Amino acid sequence: MFVMTAIWNKEFKDYFLTPIAYMVIAVFLVVVGWLFLSPFFIKGQATMRGFFQLLPVVFAFVVPALTMRLISEELHFGSYELLRTLPVTTGHIVWGKFLASVSVIAAMLLPTLVYGLCIDMLGDLDWGPVLGGYIGAVLLGGAYAAVGILASSLTRNQIIAFILGAAVCFLLAYLNRMVFFLPQGIQGVVEYMGAGSHFENISRGVLDTRDVIYFLSIIFLGLQGTKMILESKE
Amino acid sequence: MIRIQGLSKYYDNVCAVDNFDLEVPGGQILGLLGPNGAGKTTILRILTGYISPTSGSLRIADMDPTEDPLPIKARVGYVPESIPLYRNMLVYDFFRYMIRVRRLSFYDSEAQIEKIAEMFSINEIMHKNIGELSKGYLQRVGLAHALLPDPDVLILDEPTSGLDPNQIQEIRSLIREMGREKTVLLSTHILSEAEATCDRITIVNKGQTVADGTPHELKGRAREGYSVTLELKYATFDQAQVLLRDVHGVENVLHLGEGEQSLKLRLECSGGDDPRERIYQAVKEKDWALLQMSPEVRSLEHIFKELTLEN
Repeated sequence: MFVMTAIWNKEFKDYFLTPIAYMVIAVFLVVVGWLFLSPFFIKGQATMRGFFQLLPVVFAFVVPALTMRLISEELHFGSYELLRTLPVTTGHIVWGKFLASVSVIAAMLLPTLVYGLCIDMLGDLDWGPVLGGYIGAVLLGGAYAAVGILASSLTRNQIIAFILGAAVCFLLAYLNRMVFFLPQGIQGVVEYMGAGSHFENISRGVLDTRDVIYFLSIIFLGLQGTKMILESKE
Repeated sequence: MIRIQGLSKYYDNVCAVDNFDLEVPGGQILGLLGPNGAGKTTILRILTGYISPTSGSLRIADMDPTEDPLPIKARVGYVPESIPLYRNMLVYDFFRYMIRVRRLSFYDSEAQIEKIAEMFSINEIMHKNIGELSKGYLQRVGLAHALLPDPDVLILDEPTSGLDPNQIQEIRSLIREMGREKTVLLSTHILSEAEATCDRITIVNKGQTVADGTPHELKGRAREGYSVTLELKYATFDQAQVLLRDVHGVENVLHLGEGEQSLKLRLECSGGDDPRERIYQAVKEKDWALLQMSPEVRSLEHIFKELTLEN
């Protein structure tokens, strides 16, 4: 636990030692702010649902941009060799890096609370669904981060890691909208596998355990896959 | 301290280490010497637990790193060849991070950082970015980080590669200083380095041990290949061959060429005492004129070349 916390702490600080976190957070806030606030005043409803609905797609390119360097950079510069010869397990490394990226995602979401405060001043905002939405957003970010870390462990090239991660995250985001050309028998299963349909419930303010379990499963599978890939390199 | 038996490592079908044996007692500086691609780095990486062997047994401080690697990793300090430290961190922050990851106590570790910084003369660069350091300082920081947890075993992969002669001298003396208390295992392809730094040298080629011993013992083996070049006047090759073949210690007489009224020979000698006095006495009895007699001791370089070159 202590070792994992040390890695988590180091990786979190690393994000802010380089321009990556600042750039990604700035792009995220500009894109989300623009897309959310443009139709907001036309609809005239005091809700953040529109904001949460944007997240599966916007996160699909923002989160892999945050995670692309986590392992591929270590493999590229050889520091992974140094890290693995310290008394740490692959679990410490993978979880430490994952928690660092989720912390940055949470830090990225923090400024968007201003939207809630502003809407609350303009109308009567129900904070319950907003809180549920934020919990769901962190879960979604975590699931995408696990996919991004898995992609990062597959290659030494950060660009390839980003493209791979973003492609899988987009697939997860849009899977529920692509099922129409599949045979009816498997449509339900494929739809369940997409993150979009699970996050739709959350964006409406419904925090269903099935959705929570779905996101936790993606996180578990992504991180377990990363561990297996790293261990196979040894 | 380190015991390796029948260690092999295959990458797909390529054999990097082939049935390798090694035993290093505590407090010894052992140099793994071999050409590039001999398998030195693979052996070191297996010892550090970075890669697993295909077969063979391995024990460090009576523990098996393949069974329970963490307690062994805590007792081993390792510096890879390229010194891949985190370049965006300050030296001090990097040491602090290493201390946290190694679960060392905070109060002891502050004193340890000070001690190590003093030992490696890196006080003035403690608050510099690792990415901005010169190769010499980077190597010192690499060695210092390996020594931070006060390990029993230090494993150094090509510790002087890419350094200038002054830096090489400094790093060698630091390694010798570390070797007073620790077991040090270093790899190098530079013979003079192994000779200058190590208590014992193991020459590795194609993943196997081809020679092992102290630098003095290996030099002794080199002397077994002693030869003497002679230049004689008034002698023919046949006469000289008949005469010198019978001199005790001379094994073979070779014709090197003819000079101006002179004959050049090489006498290949067996090990043991120096036969030059007996050669001189034999030549003197024949009334030949001895124009030149020069010994040629096969250097360690010759031995290394012979052992590691295919043809």
